[in-house]
Amino acid sequence: MPELEQAPDRGGPAQPLLIVKGLAKHFPIGSVFRGRQVVRAVDGLDLTIAKRETLGIVGESGCGKSTASRLIMSLIAPTAGEIVFDGEHVGTAGGISLKEYRRQVQMVFQDSYSSLNPRLTIEESIAYGPRVHGIPHAKAVARAKELLEAVGLAPGQYARRFPHELSGGQRQRVNIARALALLPRLIILDEPVSALDKSVEAQVLNLLLDLKEQFGLTYLFISHDLNVVEHVADRVLVMYLGKVAEVGPGDAIFRRPAHPYTSALLASRPSMDPTRRRTEPPLSGDPPNPIDPPSGCRFRTRCALARDICANSAPDLAEIGHAHSAACHAVVPDSGYADSRRMVA
Amino acid sequence: MTGQPLVRARGLRVSFISREATVTAVNGIDLDLDEGEVLCILGESGSGKSVTLRALLRLNPKGKTVMTGALAVAGHDIMTIPDGRLSAVRGKVVSMIFQEPMTALDPVFTIGYQIAETLIRHEGISRREADRRALELLELVQIPSARRRLGAYPHELSGGLRQRAMIAMAISCRPKLLLADEPTTALDATVQIQILLLLRSLQQELGMGVIFVTHDLGVAGEIADRIAVMYAGRIVELGSTVDVMRQPFHPYTQGLMGATVHSGTRGKRLTTIPGAPPDLRFPFEGCAFAPRCSHASDACRESMPAFRHPGPGRAVRCIRVEDAEIKHSPKRVSAMA
Amino acid sequence: MLFYIVRRVVYVIPIALAVSLVCFLLVHIAPGDPIDAMVQPDTPQEVIDRVRSEYGLDRPLPVQFGLWLAKLVQGDFGTSLIKGRPVLPDLVSASGATFVLACTGGLLGVLAGCILGGIAGVYRESWLDRVLLGTAVAGVSVPHYWLGMVMVIIFSVNLNLLPAMGSGPGGSTAWAWDWAHLRYLILPSVTLAVIPAGIVTRTVRGLVSDIISQDYITTLRGKGLRRAGIVRHVVLNAAPTVLAVVGLQLANLMGGSILVETVFAWPGTGMMLNTAIFQRDLPVLQATTLLLALFFVVLNLVVDLIQTAIDPRISRR
Repeated sequence: MPELEQAPDRGGPAQPLLIVKGLAKHFPIGSVFRGRQVVRAVDGLDLTIAKRETLGIVGESGCGKSTASRLIMSLIAPTAGEIVFDGEHVGTAGGISLKEYRRQVQMVFQDSYSSLNPRLTIEESIAYGPRVHGIPHAKAVARAKELLEAVGLAPGQYARRFPHELSGGQRQRVNIARALALLPRLIILDEPVSALDKSVEAQVLNLLLDLKEQFGLTYLFISHDLNVVEHVADRVLVMYLGKVAEVGPGDAIFRRPAHPYTSALLASRPSMDPTRRRTEPPLSGDPPNPIDPPSGCRFRTRCALARDICANSAPDLAEIGHAHSAACHAVVPDSGYADSRRMVA
Repeated sequence: MTGQPLVRARGLRVSFISREATVTAVNGIDLDLDEGEVLCILGESGSGKSVTLRALLRLNPKGKTVMTGALAVAGHDIMTIPDGRLSAVRGKVVSMIFQEPMTALDPVFTIGYQIAETLIRHEGISRREADRRALELLELVQIPSARRRLGAYPHELSGGLRQRAMIAMAISCRPKLLLADEPTTALDATVQIQILLLLRSLQQELGMGVIFVTHDLGVAGEIADRIAVMYAGRIVELGSTVDVMRQPFHPYTQGLMGATVHSGTRGKRLTTIPGAPPDLRFPFEGCAFAPRCSHASDACRESMPAFRHPGPGRAVRCIRVEDAEIKHSPKRVSAMA
Repeated sequence: MLFYIVRRVVYVIPIALAVSLVCFLLVHIAPGDPIDAMVQPDTPQEVIDRVRSEYGLDRPLPVQFGLWLAKLVQGDFGTSLIKGRPVLPDLVSASGATFVLACTGGLLGVLAGCILGGIAGVYRESWLDRVLLGTAVAGVSVPHYWLGMVMVIIFSVNLNLLPAMGSGPGGSTAWAWDWAHLRYLILPSVTLAVIPAGIVTRTVRGLVSDIISQDYITTLRGKGLRRAGIVRHVVLNAAPTVLAVVGLQLANLMGGSILVETVFAWPGTGMMLNTAIFQRDLPVLQATTLLLALFFVVLNLVVDLIQTAIDPRISRR
């Protein structure tokens, strides 16, 4: 009888679970008459996730974080780049097959309702994936009940319900159970708590941290909410207009941000102290349209530190501390920033 | 300051009636707002905070909504004022901004037109004069290249600019009261803080009273003089922002704060509130929070606790809270807090 | 915007060419020999062949098409096989009659549809809405010819109020906007209006009830606009979609007019087409079909352009 098991650790603890190199997605826009334009939604993304680690990706709308998650999940085809999963190339000969990769990597979306089939009971929804992978129906349903228990929904009460009969928080628990059903090693969480009320958000975050321990999981956690990312992530990657601005350990990013964009994001958070309110917005204006990004450093149009060099060349991600890198001319010693003139507006 | 508060609600109830059920979304609210004061109504989805806000302008869907109680806004009795006279108050004395400026602005009219339209309606000025004023307003809300933006349609603007345009429209007739329904929730973090600070400076400049509905404690902390916490259609805690954020009394407020992620919660388990809010289709006795409250006793389930006043300007609906000695200024905090 | 219009108009040229080719082929591929209809049954074969070559019907189809097209461009729509005179003058006069009928019917239908649909949309789920929606469904379901005949029986035969046939007193086909002629227009145009009225009612009802539940309508109420001001916003938001539907309906009217014109003996293109089909009058058939088809194309173009002008969200590039 077929049995699903979590795939064994092949590369050992030193081998990162996921390595992404030069991942890019350019969406074509425009018409026959105006020539081809592309939106560089993700433009050269490098990242690694160690085993049992949580990597947080933060950024504002249009920064490409959701496109990045879909690329990594291989829901959309990349324009360029490669993905290595536990030492094996994804989807190439001799590497891990796409089907097996998609079993070992699961995803939970922000919209808990539209990611469930409204015509299936939640136990059927959870059992669906394992059945596709050859598990007999009865066994898959029994397993679905165990998973419901694991995500804190009493199976006797909830197993036979339909998605519309549950609250948003309960549906998100079902989505998590569904992701767990295939015994994945990596779960991509794309804004999993953004649509939830605060008190429910806390329940789901606690649950996610518990499940991580219980099932030995690795998380890629995408969110626009810095507080949530600070709470859950071991390492944090900050994206701006399709590029990585800064990446490093959570402590470093939140205590000693190097990139001016990261600092601005942190300073944009409400102070949580009514006697010491924010007085100046750290940035003015909205993020620029990704269809027409600025030349050089994409952040320079909103950056207080911008100089001529920032318009002329795009900064590469450079190591500035232990496992901590930033893409900013101003923080990299030999970038030529010191000799460059201030931008004249 | 006149003797009359800007908003005075007593026993305000709002029910939605449909064939299937009657939902009492707001279940007896007492609320005062002074001129120039900023009150945040803090609550989660379904708490009745948005319904309360809309009730102040009788904007809940007509024919399906039943409002009872007493409600006066800027000297007008909202319960009895005829539609025609109410429409002269809306947009002129009291105006409103919404969470999603993309859907709250009409997509087929330009920003300039929608602002000018409000001015023409209430001030009876010419189209040309209204256009000139619209331009000034766009500059006032710090929209860059304002003249060009007057002719822009909502979809041509970024989220932050759209919300600024919405604010320009709302303050066009210098209202005494601005109602804001989660106006920063849909915005990016770096834009949210800009809009909050803009609202704060406009509020001070124009001396408006503001009722600001939000689910985000941090946002309330940035802008509010006072906070009213709503749960299941009732205000359960009321007090100055500093007091409520430093020392919440109601178990629900305490739970909400424990559940709010912030710097410093990393590595710790978040305290959560078990269970879910009650189904408002079914009437209930007693404290609505009792089923989720770890301190609940039989007394809690018998009848809705009356307000206790544990400090000046504070009010809490919880039987575990003791009245303080000083009770001379119930439910009123100066705007200086 | 000008560039956009020019581009859209230029797009019409290949479409028009394709349409004329299809018209040509349909008529020629269809069974039945036009010469058979022209000549006596016992005509000798060589006479038939001579007639065939006179009309160019013996040449290969592509050549026939080329010749036909070349003449068309010069304004020569061919000569009727039956009447033996040029098609064009008849076609012009028939188009005029159809235009009068279709416009009146269309206008009536759209007007009724917008008003009834607007009311139903505002008072959605009330008894009024149900009555109006029921009427609309009935209107859409009724066949033209049946309704036409029933109307004739009621208003012409029983009540003797309105004429049953023709477009003017004494069988005259010259149109004039006076009561003597308008009397003839009432029954056919009302008959023609029923289906578009039903369809437009349903469309407008859906649109209006959707629009008035939008956030921006709450904003408009919140800023104190009077009812008339709000209606203005609703109308402009509904207009692009209504126009698209109306455009399609007008096109259908041209089709519907074939039946209605036949029932009421209205001397328009519909009746002309009908007669030409029965008489196998090839040139007339081709010319009429082509005209109707081009009318569809132009109508779609006009609708698109108006939509673009009204709705800022449609890209003008």
